[in-house]
Amino acid sequence: MGLAGLLLLADSRLPAGGHGHSGGVEALVDRGLLTSVADLALFLDARIRTAGLVAASFTAAAAALSTATAPTPASGELGDSPIRHSRGWAAWDAGLDVRTPSAALRAASRAQGGALLRTSGRAWPANPALRELAVLRRPHQPLVLGAAATAAGASPAQAAALALHHLCGGAASAAVRLLGLDPLAAAGAQASLAPLADRVAGEATEAAVHAVAADDPDLLPADATPLPEILAELHHASEVTLFAS
Amino acid sequence: MHRDDLSHDHFAGTLPAGPRRGFRIGIGGPVGGGKTALVAALCAQLRDELSIVVVTNDIYTEEDAEFLRRHAVLPDDRIRAVRTGCCPHTAIRDDITANLAAVEELIDAHDPELVLVESGGDNLTATFSYGLIDAQIFVVDVAGGDKVPRKGGPGVIRSDLLVINKVDLAPLVGADLAVMRADAERVRDGRPTLFTSLREQPDVPDVVRWVRERRAVPVG
Repeated sequence: MGLAGLLLLADSRLPAGGHGHSGGVEALVDRGLLTSVADLALFLDARIRTAGLVAASFTAAAAALSTATAPTPASGELGDSPIRHSRGWAAWDAGLDVRTPSAALRAASRAQGGALLRTSGRAWPANPALRELAVLRRPHQPLVLGAAATAAGASPAQAAALALHHLCGGAASAAVRLLGLDPLAAAGAQASLAPLADRVAGEATEAAVHAVAADDPDLLPADATPLPEILAELHHASEVTLFAS
Repeated sequence: MHRDDLSHDHFAGTLPAGPRRGFRIGIGGPVGGGKTALVAALCAQLRDELSIVVVTNDIYTEEDAEFLRRHAVLPDDRIRAVRTGCCPHTAIRDDITANLAAVEELIDAHDPELVLVESGGDNLTATFSYGLIDAQIFVVDVAGGDKVPRKGGPGVIRSDLLVINKVDLAPLVGADLAVMRADAERVRDGRPTLFTSLREQPDVPDVVRWVRERRAVPVG
C-alpha cells in the first residue's frame, strides 16, 4: 500500500485544478441559499449521499479497473489490469456523462479530470491505465482520480474515500473564501461528516466491485441532487463569478 | 478541442507547443497598475508581425477579456478567460493546470508565435510559475507610492521586466521617480526596469522592444 502516494493525491496543494471550482457552493451563496457553516454541513450531507456516492463509486471502479492482477508464480511479473479486458474507459466515461445532466458540470468534471491527468501523468509517467485514459484527452475527474490512486498504490476503497474527501474539502474551502466563514468551524463540520463519508465510501466500493466484475457501468449508483445541477447551469451563464463551477 | 493529430505528447504533462513554439509571457502585478492596458498595447503593436493569443485570469468576471474584445485588439477566438476561485495567485503559480489547459487550446487552434498570460490583479507577492510562462513582466504604478520598489517582493525583485506605469501621475501623487529607479536597480540585480505612461504613450516602444528581444532568445 502506498500511503505517501495516497496522501499526495489527498493534498489540496497538488496542482489538479480543484481550487477554481466550488462544488456548487458559489451558486448557492450568490442566491442566499448557503449562508453559514450549518448550511454547509447540510449541503455536504446531501451531496455526500448523492453526487458523492456516484463520484466515489466511479473512482473506486476506475481504481479496480486499473489494478494489475497478482503476480504469476512462474514469472513473478504483474498481470494485466481488468481495463484491458473491459469494454474500455470510454464506456465508463459515458456512464458519468449520463449521470451528469448539467452540461456545465460535465465540462467542470472534464476540466478537472484533464488537470489531474496532466499532473498524475508527470507523477506516474509509466502507468499503463493513466496512459490509456489519456487517449480520452479530458476524461471525467473520478476516472482519473481512481486510476491515479491505483498508480499511487492505493486501493479502490481508499480511492472512493479520496473522492469524498475532495468533494467536502473543495466545497468547504470555497464557502470559507466566499463568505468569510470561520475555517475552524468549517473543519469541524467536515469532521462531523467523516463517519457518513466513510459509510458512503464503503457503499461505493461495494457497488464498484460488482460493476467491474460484470464489466457494466450501468450497475453503478445514479443518485443526484437536482438543485445544484440546475444552479450549475445558471452559474455557468452568470457574468460575475469567482469559481468556474 | 479533440484533435488526434497533435504531434506533442499530451501525457507528458508539459505544456505542448505548436510547430512555432509560441513564446509565453506572463503579465502580473497589483490591481489597477495597467496590466490589461499593457496587454492591449502589446497586441496592437505586435499583431501585424506576430500571431498572438491572450489568456486572462480575472478575479471576478471576464471583464479583462471583455475589455480586450471590445477594443478589438485581437479576434475574439484568440482570447480566453480563466476563472480563479478567489485565488488569482494560485492559478498562475501553485496550480497552473487551468491556465495550461487554456494555453493548450489556443495553441491547438492558432499555433501562435506569442502567448500573453495576464494575471488577475493581486498583491506584490504574486508571481508566475515558470511551468506556465517563459518570461514575466511585473507591472506596478507610481500611484501605489514610490516605496514599492524598495519594499521589493518576488514580482518587483525577480520579474524579467519591471514596468513602472503611470509616470504622468508622479507629480500629482508626490512620487519621486529617481528614488523608484534607484531602488529598483538596487533590488533587481541587473534585471531591466522600464518607466511608462500608457496614457501618454500608448505604443509603449520600450516594452515592445523588450518583447521582441526576449522572443529572439531561444527557450526550452
